[in-house]
Amino acid sequence: MDLNLKVWRQAGPDAPGRFETYAMRGVSEDMSFLELFDVLNEQLEGRGEEPVAFDHDCREGICGSCAMMIGGRAHGPETGTATCQLHLRKLVDGDTIAVEPWRAAGFPIIKDLAVDRAAFDRIVEAGGYITAPTGSARDANEILVPKEAADAAMDAAACIGCGACVAACPNGAAQLFTAAKYSHLSLLPQGQPERYTRVVALVEETERWFGSCTNHGECEKACPKEISIDFIALLNRDYVKAQLKNRALTGQKR
Amino acid sequence: MTTLDAKIPAGPIAEKWDNHKFSAKLVNPANKRKFEVIVVGSGLAGASAGATLGELGYRVTMLTFHDSPRRAHSIAAQGGINAAKNYRNDGDSVHRLFYDTVKGGDYRAREANVYRLAQVSVNIIDQCVAQGVPFAREYGGLLDNRSFGGAQVSRTFYARGQTGQQLLLGAYQALARQVHLGNVKLHNRTEMLDLVVKDGVACGVVARDLITGEVRSFSGHAVVLATGGYGNAFYLSTNAKASNVTAAWRAHRRGALMANPCYTQIHPTCIPASDDFQSKLTLMSESLRNDGRIWVPRDAGDARSPDQIPESDRDYYLERRYPAFGNLVPRDVASRAAKREVDEGRGVGPLKNGVYLDFGAAIARLGRSVIEQRYGNLFQMYERIAGEDPYTVPMRIYPAVHYTMGGLWVDYNLMSNVPGLYVLGEANFSDHGANRLGASALMQGLADGYFVLPATIGDFLAPLLGTEPVPTDDPAFREAEAAVGEQVRRLLSSTGSHPVDHFHRELGKILWDNCGMTRTAESLDRALTDIPALRDEFWSDVRVLGENESFNQSLEKAGRVADFLEFGELLVRDARHREESCGGHFRVEHQTEEGEALRNDDDFAYVAAWEWTGDSARPTLHEEPLAFENVALAQRSYK
Amino acid sequence: MTHTQEVSTADHRGGADDADRLARYTGPPIPVRRPRHPVLRFWSTAVGKKWVMALSGLALLGFVLAHMVGNLKLYLGESHFNEYAEWLRDLGEPALPRTVLLWGMRLGLIAAFGLHIVAAAQLTRINHKARPVQYQSHRDYVAANFASRTMRWTGVIVALFVLFHLADLTWGNANPDFVPGDPYDNVIASFQRVPVAIIYIVANLALAFHIFHGAWSMFQSLGWNNPRWNAVRRYFAATFAAVIAIGNISMPLLVVTGVVTK
Ligand SMILES: Cc1cc2nc3c(=O)[nH]c(=O)nc-3n(C[C@H](O)[C@H](O)[C@H](O)COP(=O)(O)OP(=O)(O)OC[C@H]3O[C@@H](n4cnc5c(N)ncnc54)[C@H](O)[C@@H]3O)c2cc1C
Ligand code: FES
Repeated sequence: MDLNLKVWRQAGPDAPGRFETYAMRGVSEDMSFLELFDVLNEQLEGRGEEPVAFDHDCREGICGSCAMMIGGRAHGPETGTATCQLHLRKLVDGDTIAVEPWRAAGFPIIKDLAVDRAAFDRIVEAGGYITAPTGSARDANEILVPKEAADAAMDAAACIGCGACVAACPNGAAQLFTAAKYSHLSLLPQGQPERYTRVVALVEETERWFGSCTNHGECEKACPKEISIDFIALLNRDYVKAQLKNRALTGQKR
Repeated sequence: MTTLDAKIPAGPIAEKWDNHKFSAKLVNPANKRKFEVIVVGSGLAGASAGATLGELGYRVTMLTFHDSPRRAHSIAAQGGINAAKNYRNDGDSVHRLFYDTVKGGDYRAREANVYRLAQVSVNIIDQCVAQGVPFAREYGGLLDNRSFGGAQVSRTFYARGQTGQQLLLGAYQALARQVHLGNVKLHNRTEMLDLVVKDGVACGVVARDLITGEVRSFSGHAVVLATGGYGNAFYLSTNAKASNVTAAWRAHRRGALMANPCYTQIHPTCIPASDDFQSKLTLMSESLRNDGRIWVPRDAGDARSPDQIPESDRDYYLERRYPAFGNLVPRDVASRAAKREVDEGRGVGPLKNGVYLDFGAAIARLGRSVIEQRYGNLFQMYERIAGEDPYTVPMRIYPAVHYTMGGLWVDYNLMSNVPGLYVLGEANFSDHGANRLGASALMQGLADGYFVLPATIGDFLAPLLGTEPVPTDDPAFREAEAAVGEQVRRLLSSTGSHPVDHFHRELGKILWDNCGMTRTAESLDRALTDIPALRDEFWSDVRVLGENESFNQSLEKAGRVADFLEFGELLVRDARHREESCGGHFRVEHQTEEGEALRNDDDFAYVAAWEWTGDSARPTLHEEPLAFENVALAQRSYK
Repeated sequence: MTHTQEVSTADHRGGADDADRLARYTGPPIPVRRPRHPVLRFWSTAVGKKWVMALSGLALLGFVLAHMVGNLKLYLGESHFNEYAEWLRDLGEPALPRTVLLWGMRLGLIAAFGLHIVAAAQLTRINHKARPVQYQSHRDYVAANFASRTMRWTGVIVALFVLFHLADLTWGNANPDFVPGDPYDNVIASFQRVPVAIIYIVANLALAFHIFHGAWSMFQSLGWNNPRWNAVRRYFAATFAAVIAIGNISMPLLVVTGVVTK
């Protein structure tokens, strides 16, 4: 099939950027979108032009490295699919497709399509953990976790940290990421002691980098793991609770 | 050739680890902060080590080439993690896990290490649950288990099909907490390109900032490598694209011994390549073989679509050749059998490079909904990649490189022969012998990082109290920085005509064809001439564009492929020297009449650890003899 | 027996600053001040502001509904309508002096409007900072709808309209035929002017769009989320918006078309 790629090229963080159009002729529809870029890059290198920089690693939709705004949608037109898992057969032969990097203040562009997502690490560092120093744990089966809670926590924990939620959000908010991290830990019994300190820490740190959630719901649709915005509601509710609870008397860390 | 001392503690196997921990020197809690430890790699092994060392109070510097520690390749593991909890009451025990691992490794692993691994496996699950890893649960709230990879007990803990992800997130979050507290300094997108050794002791690393190109030294009292496996030497593998051997290989060039590089594991159920542009292969869980039947057309060149081929023209070759185990024979046996069918022209699919894994019978017997419940997400993944609906068209599968048992040689303390250099996780050679059991790599990585290293590193550090790390302006650092700079300059000044990937693909082809699922003296000799030739061609004909001072992925790749081109030769040399078949190493010359791997315990019951002797010199072989005192050596059979 | 001293591993290095946490560049954070006082601190976060917006929005929804219900008395004729207006002033009697409760409600409304608008303005500023460079190609939205993406415009339209509405029918300066104390005639006179009727219709359409997203969004911001009745939230918002739109638009429409006259 044939595709025209309009790819954002930007030499460095502060350099000006522009779209370059590349005509891809006779590519196989079994290719993944990243393999299309491999082919493009080999062609570019053959012509002595610098290849397009883009993040990728596992190419199975789990590491969260790949990140492209494809045709105005984070990770492209197929729902529940990361860029690396998008195959050309899902695109329309002959189309022109614009490919841009994630755009958000918290994700500065490094080069071309590669952005720096370390702000997500800052969020987790601020409180996205359960304090459990190695060696201090009791037998795993002494903690009973209702299956429903484990399943719900897993639904949230499926987040791959790709940043599509931020990219897709009209406000550049990272609420879905933070809510997923928060819910994963706070739905489990192990996560209760730090529940309310966690929610405050996570919310405040998130807002140092990202915009505010105004409930567009766009993130949910862009998420390659289809994580629900129900978790955002949980985050919001617990954030208010954290202000109102007498934590000392409810056994919560202050 | 010298004989290596693995420093295995004396005493009965069940007491070795406890005794050893007791006799190791300790660092006083208040003094731990006086030690600087460099951890390279943030996968399960590295992240768990970094977090634990930070909790203990050591000052940790952490390097990873990933943009976040959470993206390390461990994230991709699907199936699960083993532990000898015996929650199922089905006869499991530390001893059984130990036994299964030694046997599964075809008697080429070090008993004492494996026993320790089985012992701490129990603590790993406790630790992970405490951190909030959402393992699958029963309705009563207790942990669920499944049986995995043909094990006879259910000892595998899992979190949907994303166990590696959840375990890594647990370790990463513990690490993040230490970063927040200031005990760990994290350097992401920073790639280690050399090990610095002064007076025979590891004292730091030289790394390149992947965004700015700055080459920088990090100095510490000890260096820990947890940099993963080298499966990508084969180009096409199930490993993440960036997985590479550079850190280990650079350490090897600085004196660390490389052990058993020829032990590579091939996974039988991967989705075959669809075209020449295929960049990596995707693994499909082995559990599919529980219900799927594997077959090929009886006649070579049969081009009919699968639904047109009647039962009488199909060959269910595993069921035919291994009536007892059928489709559930171990990974290596299933892989070699598939290769044979494809090599003999009975492969299926547009490129004739796969075999069918057919669920037709299972769907007819159990109904579509049961199959959907069991494998729904896998079927979806297959459909997405292959574009065919496995409920109606049989899946096509083919083996692919998946895991590497070999790696840097380490002693019982996980320290390499270079004092101060520790190696953890898939990067070391330690616990799996010639073949790894399913769900045991995650276990090993976490055992190394959470429990083993933190207990053994003190013994090395304690005597160093009061010494400062070697300053980074020491000539040893300067020399290593210069060497790294020179390599970068050399790659960038290349003016050849082929991009890096071309050479990587070629190397992969050489290794896969000559040193893949089956190996012969002849094929290995061929590889031993082809690889150096390709390496020369690389240096004269590669083309790397761009500059050092910015994000340059071609340059990153070029450095990694350059190291694969050196390492690949050692891999083949090791395979050539090992005149036996064992586990993932199958020499056609050495097989039983039934076509099974035939070990030679008299001559090869040792770990082959190779020493670098210079660019054009042959490496020197060192041996660590393996003694089997607790498990009796036996021949495998699956008929 | 040996005694080992307990040493906390928590703060060996006394916490870490940003530079220490990641010795690498991540781009500058969005500058925010976090006051110490818990109430101000809550207000300083976007989640806090959204909560305030949700609660004030809830109050405004109540007002809009009550306002519409009351005004529909227009169709019952002049005396009913004017009686209703009087009743509003009497509300709370005899417990409270006349018009005190009305003024209390007015102040409450002003506060709700004020908080709603200030929070919205501040969130908009935050969101601009969160994406200083817009996408350069066409966005293809999936979930974010016209209503959700135009909240700030429909909000501004409604705010301006409220001022006009007050000037028109409360203060009278935008209504040449204004007679204090004769609300029914004032309304009819005002709506009989075609441009004014159009203003009312357009503004109420904007209000309906605003409510369509806002009344749903409110649930999320307050964290009122339960899969069992999540679907109901959408119906609620849509119905609410439709009722308000139909009720409020019917009045200028029927007056300007001459169906309802003095
Ligand atoms: C598809 C797949 C499925 C699997 N499923 C299972 C399973 O179900 N159960 C199981 O037990 N095992 C499984 N495995 C194997 C297992 O995942 C790996 O063996 C294990 O995760 C390796 O962990 P590690 O910490 O040693 O290395 P990795 O996770 O590979 O981490 C390596 C780290 O080192 C860093 N690094 C490497 N080189 C450098 C350098 N030069 N400079 C700086 N940083 C560097 C990387 O950035 C990365 O952080 C699977 C493997 C694959 C490929
Ligand atoms: S490359 Fe790993 S998720 Fe796409």
